Amino acid sequence: MRFSSLKELAVVCEKEGKSICDIMLEDQAAESGRSKEQEWEKMKAYYGIMKDAAAKGIVSEKTSRSGLTGGDAKRVHEYTRNPDASLEPFTGLAMAYALAVSEVNASMGRIVATPTAGSCGVIPGVFVSSQERFGWDDDHMVKGLFSAGAIGYIIANNSFISGAEGGCQAEIGSAIGMAAGALVELKGGTPAQAVHAVGLALKNTLGLICDPVGGLVEIPCIVRNGFGAVNALAAADMALAGVRSAIPTDEVIQVMLEVGSAMPDTHRETAMGGLAQTPTGKEIIRQLAKDRKKPAVSKKEDTK
Amino acid sequence: MRFKDVFSIIGPGMIGPSSSHTAGAVLLGRVARGLLETEPIEAEIIFYGSLAATYSGHGTDLAVTAGLLGFDTDDERIPESLEIAELSGMTVGFQTSSVPAVHPNTLQIKLSSGNRGCQMTGCSIGGGNIEVIEVNGFDLKFTGNYPTLIVEHTDQPGVLANLTRLLSEASVNIGYMDVDRKARQGHAATVIETDGLIPKELLGKAKLLSHVRSIHYIDLNGGASE
Repeated sequence: MRFSSLKELAVVCEKEGKSICDIMLEDQAAESGRSKEQEWEKMKAYYGIMKDAAAKGIVSEKTSRSGLTGGDAKRVHEYTRNPDASLEPFTGLAMAYALAVSEVNASMGRIVATPTAGSCGVIPGVFVSSQERFGWDDDHMVKGLFSAGAIGYIIANNSFISGAEGGCQAEIGSAIGMAAGALVELKGGTPAQAVHAVGLALKNTLGLICDPVGGLVEIPCIVRNGFGAVNALAAADMALAGVRSAIPTDEVIQVMLEVGSAMPDTHRETAMGGLAQTPTGKEIIRQLAKDRKKPAVSKKEDTK
Repeated sequence: MRFKDVFSIIGPGMIGPSSSHTAGAVLLGRVARGLLETEPIEAEIIFYGSLAATYSGHGTDLAVTAGLLGFDTDDERIPESLEIAELSGMTVGFQTSSVPAVHPNTLQIKLSSGNRGCQMTGCSIGGGNIEVIEVNGFDLKFTGNYPTLIVEHTDQPGVLANLTRLLSEASVNIGYMDVDRKARQGHAATVIETDGLIPKELLGKAKLLSHVRSIHYIDLNGGASE
């Protein structure tokens, strides 16, 4: 790759007069040894999976494997279409699709990790709703996925993208930054504006802990995907309006690294703290453990 | 760079709910299947750390089994993999261990089929990326991201030179290598990750090299086997 920071990426884009997507696609083909067309098709197939999950989840009442969650995407979709909703309908749709994909994930449906399965709703929420709203074709959306991937590649290699390492800021935070930056480019913004959108978005999730109840990718992961999609739209609008990230985005990514490294283990996906250890969180864990004692297939437990 | 390309960020396409507890587990199962080189009849899986605590809720048991059946990470049969395994005559057993592991998401797989057997330990390091850390008692590390050759051999001078010469003659570039041995001049193993696919005839030639005991070739990107 010709870039290891967002600053370097923006410089390469400007020097060559190309978009973030163009640079990512060229460098990806060089790294993998496959053709640009092959890599494009692979990404396009991934976008197909995202659209299918969004469409499936938004009408589904299926509960997750644990039985803890399910049906919220449908509820939100129905409510945000009525005139009393505070969100404008397409913003509500972004939120509903994000919840939908996350619910499909929790019920062992097919999704694309963006960048992880825990944060798999944000990008499809933003992308699929924006595609419907602005009438973009699939190829335009695939461009956006390469841009989002470039942004995530830089965040992942300079900080982290897993909750176990850096808390929820690393998963949902990264996904929001990736979606916001990509949306700016899809709407005709410059690479520099896209980079500002990433910084603006990341600043809003710094410090977010990873505290899933029972260690499952459900509570609070699913609703955080819904909020994440709305935040990504907001960050893209801010950047397109000309708002700049006063602290350069690469420096914000370093703060994510600093904050995540200082986070106690209890707040990094271990379910030993935060929402997981509230009285209700603990009760849910107890209940799940009870259900688990009667598995469908014979299992031997705890031999050392 | 820990993350090498755009598809380690966007991807994998997978069955939920967790890239580390589900998708990574499928890939570890596929590596084990690749080591056995035939349909497993009996499988024993031991979960450590976070996997031991949450494997059931994340469907990690279903995911590893799917990998043992040769399914890919996005195969919609993953939720039914235990039933499919049973129908195809594969016995799968799960255990948890409280022995501390090197990584929070570690599992061990032991497979057998007739007189064949293999064992491996691996970690799921996030985003569906894996790291194998042990094969048949050897401390060998590899990621499964590249075509991978695992060679068991006797610890003798020239074995690696002969192997790398074969790869060189086929213009296959080596990206990474790791070697371990149980004793000086004893049983040893080498893992080689390459940039390009390894031709079948090369594998045949490598098997005939002196001091080579066995060769396994794993290519997870070559798609799932049926």
